[in-house]
Amino acid sequence: MSKLNDLTLAAARDGLRTRDFSAREITQAHIDAIETGNEALNAYILPTPDLALKTADIADKNLVDGEAGPLEGIPLGIKDLFCTKDVRTTACSHILDGFTPTYESTITQNLWDAGAVMLGKLNCDEFAMGSSNETSHYGSVISPWRRNGSNEPLVPGGSSGGSASAVSARLCLGATATDTGGSIRQPAALTGTVGIKPTYGRCSRWGVVAFASSLDQAGPLTRTVHDAAIMLGVMASYDPKDSTSVDVPVPDYEAVLSGGVKGLKVGIPKEYRMEGMPEEIEKLWQQGIGWLKSEGAEIIDVSLPHTKYALPAYYIVAPAEASSNLARYDGVRYGLRVPGSDIIEQYENTRSEGFGSEVKRRVLIGTYVLSAGYFDAYYLKAQRVRTLIKRDFEQVFEKVDVLLTPATPGPAFALGEKSGDPIEMYLNDIFTVPANMSGLPGISVPAGLSQDGTPLGLQLISKAFDEEMLFRVGKVIEDAAGTLPEPLNWWSIT
Amino acid sequence: MKVDESTVRNIARLARIKVDDTQARTLEGELNGILQWVEQLNEVDTEGVEPMTCVTDMRAKMRKDEVTDGGYPEDIVKNAPEHTGTFFVVPKVVE
Repeated sequence: MSKLNDLTLAAARDGLRTRDFSAREITQAHIDAIETGNEALNAYILPTPDLALKTADIADKNLVDGEAGPLEGIPLGIKDLFCTKDVRTTACSHILDGFTPTYESTITQNLWDAGAVMLGKLNCDEFAMGSSNETSHYGSVISPWRRNGSNEPLVPGGSSGGSASAVSARLCLGATATDTGGSIRQPAALTGTVGIKPTYGRCSRWGVVAFASSLDQAGPLTRTVHDAAIMLGVMASYDPKDSTSVDVPVPDYEAVLSGGVKGLKVGIPKEYRMEGMPEEIEKLWQQGIGWLKSEGAEIIDVSLPHTKYALPAYYIVAPAEASSNLARYDGVRYGLRVPGSDIIEQYENTRSEGFGSEVKRRVLIGTYVLSAGYFDAYYLKAQRVRTLIKRDFEQVFEKVDVLLTPATPGPAFALGEKSGDPIEMYLNDIFTVPANMSGLPGISVPAGLSQDGTPLGLQLISKAFDEEMLFRVGKVIEDAAGTLPEPLNWWSIT
Repeated sequence: MKVDESTVRNIARLARIKVDDTQARTLEGELNGILQWVEQLNEVDTEGVEPMTCVTDMRAKMRKDEVTDGGYPEDIVKNAPEHTGTFFVVPKVVE
């Protein structure tokens, strides 16, 4: 039998139910993988092995008693943006030093109610602001992937870089992640994993550290489309504690996986063909089009004319909302406090020392665009453009069922390679941001390798609350791509 | 629109973030870079377009006006850097 941490989540679930192995055994296999591999990858900032084993024993009892939940005994990693009761939660920011929630986020509660086991808290960009996981207070996450013939460390993408690295390196069966501008889909694409950002309102934001409230949405990051379907089915729920949570039934996502694409209309938006885009991305896209066509889908060229404005509009809306959300970190109620001569200086000292440079940049931009005299020119303008971006999608979805695009403009880059220029880093999210701006669901599915041997992903975008379409079409792409190589294990110390 | 160093200082003051001279100069360049880049939005004709207020077509749910949570002040102050009983402690605000 292969190592237990190599199993897919779906196979692990089946093996646990047939008692081929116990929850304790599969949890221990992951704890061992974290112990030997995490130092090199820095994916977990707080492993919780004792808690994991304790929960696994309860899961084993439930499995024996025939009271197993949908995720009974499944070991997962949790992005440090999710508040976990009595387990430190910092959003990977210095300003939340030592913060230990007295409550549990709705999403993680759903997971624990379903029997899942928490392996620990995963690294991410500070307050989820970044596309490379280089802004974390706990240091950069390293991707398990390397370029052919090179030992140079690569980024796993961000902000859910710890989630992506851990899932890809078999340090968990699946992980929670969040996506404000691409933070699930972009790291999934760069690490050869599957990441879905559901429709805005599908998963509760209650207890998830807020970045930009009109854009933030949580979702799973897994190794297969099937695993993502299982995990999202548990994470999603209507939650009265989140007033933007939408009260619609959560479908059985596993039931649609074998639906195929015969007769479906797949839109190819021409605006996603960016100037200067590497040839290998175009090739991957054409490959994806070919796969869907040969499986019986009808390919239709479409236009989303405001695509190029999504990213600049995002960099007004997201920082504006962030500046408001992050006003709560004042050194009074939780986290870091740096004293000053009076309370104003205490606020200023605390926030100056507590926030990293990317967070400060965004809070300042946000403060500026919301300030008197500039609100109309920047914020309202961006929200008007956002209306147009959403309208583009609405018009296109009158003609097609789903859109196929590249997930990222290129493969994983090296640490430090893009951290000199903020805008160059922001451009990583050029294909993912439009779905956030429109509240639409999007999935990234591994589809091939770059010329350097590192993963590339394709993105699917569907109508609001039609995640089923993403799983259905995503499965066809996954099957067509076949078994892609896994990263060679260089990270485990033996 | 272009921000100068004194505008940066003013924004930083509004955001309650202390910046020193070196940081203010670096931020001046970075913020201008970002602001110039987002100004491409001016190419878009938004005449008569409503600004987005909610991304999903949903109506906010009504609920009963009743207390459903609370009553645990010890939990609220548990993570405070400084507290006395169930009060947060801050430097003197009123003389």
